[in-house]
Amino acid sequence: MQVRDLRVTFGLDEGIVRAVDGTSFDVLPGQVVGIVGESGCGKSVTMRAVLQLVDRPGRIDSGTILFRRRDGAVVDLARLPARGAQMRAIRGAEIALIPQEPMAAFSPVHTVGAQIIEAIRLHGAQQGRRVSGAEARETTVGLFRDVGIAMAEERVDAYSWQLSGGLRQRAMIAMALSCRPRLLIADEPTTAIDVTTQAQVLELLRELRSKYNTAIIFITHDLGVIAQMTSHVVVMYLGRVMEQGPVDQIFHAPAHPYTRALLRSIPSLYGEARTALPVISGSLPHPFNRPAGCPFHPRCPEATARCATALPKLMPVADRQAAACFLHSAAAEA
Amino acid sequence: MTAAPLLDVRNLQKFFPISKGFMQRVVGQVRAVDGVDFTVNEGETLGLVGESGCGKTTASRCILRAIDPTGGQVLYRTRAGAVVDLAPLSQRALAPFRAEIQMIFQDPFGSLNPRMTLLENVGEPLLVGGMTNRRERTERVAELLQLVGLRAEFMHRFPHAFSGGQRQRIGIARALSTNPRLVVADEPVSALDVSVQAQVLNLLLELQDRLKLTFLFVAHDLSVVRHISDRVAVMYVGQLVELAPTAALFSRPRHPYTAALMRAVPVPDPRVPPGDGVLRGEVPSPANPPSGCYFHPRCRFAQAICTSEAPPLREIAPGHMSRCHFAEGLELAGA
Repeated sequence: MQVRDLRVTFGLDEGIVRAVDGTSFDVLPGQVVGIVGESGCGKSVTMRAVLQLVDRPGRIDSGTILFRRRDGAVVDLARLPARGAQMRAIRGAEIALIPQEPMAAFSPVHTVGAQIIEAIRLHGAQQGRRVSGAEARETTVGLFRDVGIAMAEERVDAYSWQLSGGLRQRAMIAMALSCRPRLLIADEPTTAIDVTTQAQVLELLRELRSKYNTAIIFITHDLGVIAQMTSHVVVMYLGRVMEQGPVDQIFHAPAHPYTRALLRSIPSLYGEARTALPVISGSLPHPFNRPAGCPFHPRCPEATARCATALPKLMPVADRQAAACFLHSAAAEA
Repeated sequence: MTAAPLLDVRNLQKFFPISKGFMQRVVGQVRAVDGVDFTVNEGETLGLVGESGCGKTTASRCILRAIDPTGGQVLYRTRAGAVVDLAPLSQRALAPFRAEIQMIFQDPFGSLNPRMTLLENVGEPLLVGGMTNRRERTERVAELLQLVGLRAEFMHRFPHAFSGGQRQRIGIARALSTNPRLVVADEPVSALDVSVQAQVLNLLLELQDRLKLTFLFVAHDLSVVRHISDRVAVMYVGQLVELAPTAALFSRPRHPYTAALMRAVPVPDPRVPPGDGVLRGEVPSPANPPSGCYFHPRCRFAQAICTSEAPPLREIAPGHMSRCHFAEGLELAGA
């Protein structure tokens, strides 16, 4: 998948919010890409745009989302009608989403099994393949075993509210995998669960990736998860990509002041205890009140006069690493 | 630090009844907090950690008497020096202590009244405490807002105008309005972004220093707890499994559960390989805990004795308590 210069705006009564403002990145087959940023940085909206699920009044203004389908054909997802047959055939079958809150993602009045079986039969029918209920059920039980749900036969008939947080998240992953997607989007898949359960889910995702070679986009603000799970990282701030590169370089040779500040501000199990943490001064600007020039300049310790007026372009700074900052390249965007 | 602890919790218990059927017959009990002992010294921060459902929030609510404990004592040393057991007191008898023990809540969006300005929100405890002079109250609120790093002019605005981090600061200002000695903070930063989290943690450390506050800090995030606490207590299924000074706990945990919790935290460094030995299985239900040591079904070191005999909480090094039969012999890796 290749995202180029994606722009998503929300036209509200008070004005236009540019939630995603010229985002570009690539995802290779089997690659795990992490997208990091604070709340409101546009990471979730970007992913909803990929799936054509941006809620009104939001709309994709410009940009391309090129996706190579299973049969090799390349389509621009940004141009497809959201409710069209083609998008419906891709959504779930080729690109699947693991949403943030597994409690809200399942219908409480159907069993989890029934919801997964429905998805399998529906996408089977779209591909001109009739899948019987019994067959789909068998696949579902198999998936439940794959994701490590004990007593899979019985749990298929459970309602989502009967499952614990960890089991529900596993059932959600089973649903996302039910059609063997080529790209899995995990939107904060572990923020609502405990660390020990999180470790189980992360291990599971790691296994599944090596088993099916599924590409995964990991959206999170937990830098620990990013470090342990991904190979490539995209750092976003106010709808723009600040920096992207291989995970090792992002953590050990961050080029953008925002990335550096973000990394410094996390309390860790290893740092000095009970000392003041270095913080990013100021707070996130209001979405209607975006700063001119580089969006990070009011909070940036290394800002210059130019940062307040011109918008830096994402330029290569090292092998496969790029940053949008005048410290590294004088190139500006019009 | 004085010798007598500010708060001494002894054998605290909170059971919730499970009722069934038309007659609501009580058929069992959820032992949410099952005999917890700890002390909090004046001026220190005690971190209380554990997974969801381990009883850490219930324990803190019992201390605040937001819920009534089933048994045990909550001994509190008052400003005058007398030791009072808060557990059996009536709400009326508790009133004089309410100002001294305050709380900071988890959700900065749900814990402020959206129809009240900051002046009313922060000033409410003052009004309840008898400060009826409006000018006096306004002055105090202004002072408090400045203390937590907000501008005094903000006091006529409503909470919706503020971000999560700012609202948490407002919540802190409200908690501090009555000059408390003990502040119970229940997951005060878990709803915030990392960069904002750091700001709020720094503020809490700074305020503690300036106002000589004592914190009981309830959280599930080990990195945060390590950062802010002097001592840490780890809970599992309603019981304390380990309690130790922060450095000792993190450098050499003496309970397999503590070590497993630490291993589960993803390290923010891609060069460190992912931790092995993921903790299998689920947290047992406090309504129907396993026999012997509650942790034995998930423990890597479990032996026959662990399934039959419940280990007591023992002191295995000065100030280091562990509830494990083999605490001395285990070579557990810390962080």
